[in-house]
Amino acid sequence: MAQTLFEKIWHEHAIVTREDGNTLLYVDRHLIHDLHFRLFDQLKAAGHSIREPDKLFGVPDHSLPTTAKTLADIPAGEMREAVEVLESASKEHNFTHFSMTDDRHGIVHVVGPEQGITLPGLLLVCGDSHTSTHGALGCIALGIGATEVQHVLATQTLWQRQPKSMRITITGELGFGVTPKDVVLAIIREIGTAGGTGYAIEYAGPVIDAMSVEGRMTICNMTIEAGSRCGLIAPDDKSIAYIEGRPYAPKDAEWDKATNYWQTLKSDNDAVFDNEVVIDGNAIAPMVTWGNSPQWALPITDTVPDPASEPDASMRATMAAAIDYMDIKPGMPLSEIAVDMVFIGSCTNSRIEDLRAAAGVVQGRRAKVRTLVVPGSGLVKKQAEAEGLDKIFIDAGMEWREPGCSMCLAVNGETLEAGQRSASTSNRNFRGRQGVGSRTHLVSPAMAAAAAVMGKFTDVRDLAERT
Amino acid sequence: MANEPTIEPFRTFVSVAVPIDIANCDTDQIIPARFLRKALDDPDYARFLFHDLRFNAEGAETDFIFNASAYRGAGVLVSDKNWGCGSSRENAVTALVANGIRAVIAPSVADIHYNNCIQNGVLPVVLSDEDCATLRRQLRDGPGAEIAIDLETQTLTGPDQTSYAFEVDPFDKHRLLNGLDDIGFTQVHDQEITEFVNGYSARHSWAG
Ligand code: SF4
Repeated sequence: MAQTLFEKIWHEHAIVTREDGNTLLYVDRHLIHDLHFRLFDQLKAAGHSIREPDKLFGVPDHSLPTTAKTLADIPAGEMREAVEVLESASKEHNFTHFSMTDDRHGIVHVVGPEQGITLPGLLLVCGDSHTSTHGALGCIALGIGATEVQHVLATQTLWQRQPKSMRITITGELGFGVTPKDVVLAIIREIGTAGGTGYAIEYAGPVIDAMSVEGRMTICNMTIEAGSRCGLIAPDDKSIAYIEGRPYAPKDAEWDKATNYWQTLKSDNDAVFDNEVVIDGNAIAPMVTWGNSPQWALPITDTVPDPASEPDASMRATMAAAIDYMDIKPGMPLSEIAVDMVFIGSCTNSRIEDLRAAAGVVQGRRAKVRTLVVPGSGLVKKQAEAEGLDKIFIDAGMEWREPGCSMCLAVNGETLEAGQRSASTSNRNFRGRQGVGSRTHLVSPAMAAAAAVMGKFTDVRDLAERT
Repeated sequence: MANEPTIEPFRTFVSVAVPIDIANCDTDQIIPARFLRKALDDPDYARFLFHDLRFNAEGAETDFIFNASAYRGAGVLVSDKNWGCGSSRENAVTALVANGIRAVIAPSVADIHYNNCIQNGVLPVVLSDEDCATLRRQLRDGPGAEIAIDLETQTLTGPDQTSYAFEVDPFDKHRLLNGLDDIGFTQVHDQEITEFVNGYSARHSWAG
């Protein structure tokens, strides 16, 4: 029977399937970050040990101030404790850990693919909703809750119901100044933040084919913002070239075996999806979100919508509340919204390509507002410095930081003040996400850079050089 | 060991219910991120639920409905669509449990949050948009009104005694009724896991 890519990988990992369809799945890779530091004590108290520690990889990211280079630079208290406990647990339980002084450390979803821990055909989990990022390489990557994390630690397996299947095809090609971030915001705008609930989403079509592996990660990353915990893209020559030679990727004969298998990982031509969505890539413009939901994204050329035109009463009320919270007005051009701060970083947009895109806009200009540039890993940072990108940012008056989640979740001491507004390359614009009372607008790295140098949202197509 | 309940079994439940009229209520609203490193037995845990909606900058209570005296001690929430979207933080459910909330009724519940509820003995009940809106209206009009839930028969009774049937996955129902934890349940399949891993490692030695 014809199968989707997701179904092929799912069936390859099914250990037990109950009559009601719940399936016990084998987990190939388990990633863990510092916010789960309390789990190790809980696991011990429950009398469990880690079944396959060699499948577990830990890295601190959420609790790292991006000015800190060593543990001693983290203020004493919960933040430092979280980072410390993760590291000591790695020694006690014998799992791989990239400490904050190791160049390989960074945001867990940047580190996995970068190290070759993430591979096509695997089942990968992490106690973090943006685990969907890893699906860009053609694996099933699931964000799970803390109790499920414990279950995976103790058993190397996970109970799941098989989700329905959705394929999102992006046709045509992207215009000048339009990036993967704009594509994913356009997708979420189209299907809504609950549109993907209960589905695994496969992304396909010429725009995805032409996209870099890093760009595909940006798309899969925000799959969770569309309500789906799993986004994936069939591996192709580009993804295989991306993986080759990475430290944890298979080598020699195992590499040949792996790549032979990966060639088979695509949806069959006659596979049937429960839902098919087609989006015209030619029509996508650089996007900005205006409200407290990622689905409230619009082209930069547009204006703040009027809740009065929304037919659904509860949605109308939520829109009005968002407009009030964000301190904007219906009908106001998005390009008239001034920002107080710019954040370039997060697992959505902190890879080398993102930094290059931002630097391309910043070069020869100066930031009008405070701007934090936070690379996704120590290796991204090194690469950016080798290319001189750090100088471009610093010369523009921006702050070039150490890797970590930083202002994406703002639990590392870096926050907006109440009432402040940011242009942010992260993934969530929820109320208070970047600090109590903060106002977040989501954009691409190039659009964030444009906002930084203009002090307000600006169509990057008017700033960047057409080549 | 595998048969000892580790979470409180859920059977029938009658409680005051509170309406939450927020569509797409994300887990950042349910519990702000700055509380994520707190110990689960922190004596203040109950206060973290909806913290920034319930308390102003000075720590005083706002007029958010959860604070209204008639709804104090509510064990059921009735919300709007896409409840629990966003971050996978299980702390959102911990905060519900710390307030004695055992069921959430909504037109749709985000996937990861749904599983987190089940794992902590909280029943997510999905009813139609219309039914949820009706229940919320009745609860607003009659503060302190109760909702009864019978998991065994999968029925819910609203403040006006209207009864609603709801769906629940048989495995989830089993988990909630027995209060079993999944690790204990999975250990029953230990032999199958070992056999699977042997076959899998042979087929996919590159994945090791
Ligand atoms: S960068 Fe943001 S979304 Fe990504 S893992 Fe860190 S906190 Fe989560």
